Amino acid sequence: MSTSSENTIRIYVMGSAYEVPRGLTIMSAMEHAGWRFTRGAGCRSGFCGACSTVYRQEGDYRLRFVLACQTEAEDGMYLVQLPFTPAPRVSYTLADLNPDENVLLQHYPEIARCVSCNTCTKACPQDIEVMDYVQAALRGDIAQTASLSFDCIQCGLCSMRCPADIKHYHMAQMARRIYGRYMSPITEHLEKRIAEIEKGVYEEELDALVKMTRSELEEIYAARVVE
Amino acid sequence: MANQELIRGYPAYMRESIARVEATRPARLRAGPPPAMTPAEREKVLAEYHPDYKAEKKRALGIGVSAGNVVPNEVADMLEAHLLVDPSKIDLSRVDYDVEVLIIGGGGAGTVAAIFAHQEGIPAENILIVTKLRHGDCNSTMAQGGIQAADRPEDSPAIHYIDVMGGGHYANKPELVQAMVDDGPEIIRWHEELGVMYDKVNGEYMEAHGGGTSRKRMHSCKDYTGKAIFNPIRDEARNLGIPTLEFSPVIELLLDGEGKAAGAITYNLETGEYSVIRAKATVLATGGFGRVHIQNFPTTNHYGATADGLVIAYRAGAKLLDMDSVQYHPTGVVYPSAILGQLATEKLRSQGAMPLNADGEAFVYPLEPRDVEAAAIIRECWSREKGIETPSGVRGVWLDTPMIDEIHGEGTIKDWLAAMWTMWNRHGIDITKDPALVYPTLHYQNGGVEIEANGETSVPGLFAGGEVEGGVHGKNRLMGNSLLGYNVFGRRAGIAAAKWAKKKKSKIKTLSLQHAVDFEQQLADAGIETDLRSPMLLPDYRSKSVLEHSLGRFL
Repeated sequence: MSTSSENTIRIYVMGSAYEVPRGLTIMSAMEHAGWRFTRGAGCRSGFCGACSTVYRQEGDYRLRFVLACQTEAEDGMYLVQLPFTPAPRVSYTLADLNPDENVLLQHYPEIARCVSCNTCTKACPQDIEVMDYVQAALRGDIAQTASLSFDCIQCGLCSMRCPADIKHYHMAQMARRIYGRYMSPITEHLEKRIAEIEKGVYEEELDALVKMTRSELEEIYAARVVE
Repeated sequence: MANQELIRGYPAYMRESIARVEATRPARLRAGPPPAMTPAEREKVLAEYHPDYKAEKKRALGIGVSAGNVVPNEVADMLEAHLLVDPSKIDLSRVDYDVEVLIIGGGGAGTVAAIFAHQEGIPAENILIVTKLRHGDCNSTMAQGGIQAADRPEDSPAIHYIDVMGGGHYANKPELVQAMVDDGPEIIRWHEELGVMYDKVNGEYMEAHGGGTSRKRMHSCKDYTGKAIFNPIRDEARNLGIPTLEFSPVIELLLDGEGKAAGAITYNLETGEYSVIRAKATVLATGGFGRVHIQNFPTTNHYGATADGLVIAYRAGAKLLDMDSVQYHPTGVVYPSAILGQLATEKLRSQGAMPLNADGEAFVYPLEPRDVEAAAIIRECWSREKGIETPSGVRGVWLDTPMIDEIHGEGTIKDWLAAMWTMWNRHGIDITKDPALVYPTLHYQNGGVEIEANGETSVPGLFAGGEVEGGVHGKNRLMGNSLLGYNVFGRRAGIAAAKWAKKKKSKIKTLSLQHAVDFEQQLADAGIETDLRSPMLLPDYRSKSVLEHSLGRFL
């Protein structure tokens, strides 16, 4: 039975109970209880996918999937961390790929095993429509795969849960790179500017700036017109 | 914090202040932001309120090649600490890895350096990335707002240069700034080749302002810019087959007996075994010091940002630069306290969100350089007493995020600031409807190991790039120049390391830790008494009650 007070809650880490203060993330609550992480803690801001955590709430049969650094610990959580996913990725040379509708299926043929159970989506702590992007990949829709998976932090929980053993996050990373390189045009003014720099158009001006005294630079800085 | 009633994420008393924010919003939307400060006003607010300007929080280094340099006390403590391991316990005769280019740090700069060392002709198997945690546990992947590059017709590398120098209080090394602004557009093109998905409308980049910029040159990938750039870079390093040793922080650099860098000693965090790595060239890409919590500030930084690179490089004789200055990001989360110190991207302000006091009044131009903006927020909270106090006793100001959708149209936040929306939404706060509560948070190490434009340090054979380097940003980095900086100087360091490794003179005759032994002697000679050992490797957030009863780990 959990016993919470006004200021503390009880959490269970791999089955063992700990009293911790209210208002901490799962990660900080475990640290408060005495953990010093090597695995399972990375950016601590929800961007790196190191702290994938599975929990069950006392009295509930369902497993839930969150990031330990982004989720407040609650009374009666049964917690376990899954900080590593042994999912193989396929190596490729982006410049040599034929970015057609079969490219994702060729590299990750197991996406064809998708049974549309949506377990991946339910496991995603980023609320990404994972199954939908796998279906988009199956249709050869690289743009849709890239856009739906944009917020993926590669924590691997989708692949840990998938009954078809799909490597969603590696496949989606590949889709985003193909989209970025082949389907999103380079802005013309970027190419122009690079050509100018290579021609040395700005060299004289920059060389002069580099040699300037602080007071000369201050004058130019103060006279800047902000766009 | 006690269990209390929240109304859409906020306690009732904060709702009263939010009502005042809502009341002033229409007028603020019409009037626009308050004017920017004059240079004299900037200097005044910095001198009076910026944490960097408190002389008693810093001291001069007593030993080492940069003795006399003033640095934060916490940094001095780490630089003047005992060795983690007694060198006599290390057997240098068993070389575990023998490589041409060793890269210390698996973040942005290190990964870029590896790719370019390979392009420069070093086979993948002769490169080794060693990293403390996972490949990619780094600040590079956490950046949100954007990356600067002067590519629009209205802009130029020269205008970028002026913005950087003024923002850095003219302390920057000019030739480093020149290198950065010159390489900027080329770096963006390299990212395009790697498949980075930059934000575009009709094929044109969506470029925005950042604090202290005079042109819109911030390229973004929604508010996941760091991740969207770093992950393809890491993916490319994996495609190239570059070997990586994870959970293996470096505890000491190796020299060759003649003062040249010769590799490093790593420590396996999981097994406790050390490894000896011999390398012709070494690239230091270990990031910054956020987790040292200077002046007890919370931090936006990743778990491993503990200044290890500074410590080991300093013992090996590398000069430091601009280590007296620390970047506090103006807007870290102060409420809810569970995510205290995490980043509220500057992009929120660049898209129109104004910082406001408890009465809903705008008190500062939203896009001052970061040090100035941070100082103005501290003044509002602690001098003018117009901050909002949280239940855990810290103060902050409002960031009026609902203005973003008012200015750019409904859906802007959810579409373009998805990470921010998700972060607060996980705690029941909807930033499309309510403002966010923010306060400065420790964000970036402005200075570091001094480099030249090709990334070389004062130690032959040792190169540096990314947050660990010093000189590029002077005394204050502008938004969007860290992502640019790690790419520019990671690339330059990787290329220079490869070139060095191909030279005859880079051959390593012996491996030595004598510099570490000498450093201990210097500590003793200077009469420095300390219980600290460094590098720190990881912060310790265990509670006092646990530590007081700890017997250590027997197994």
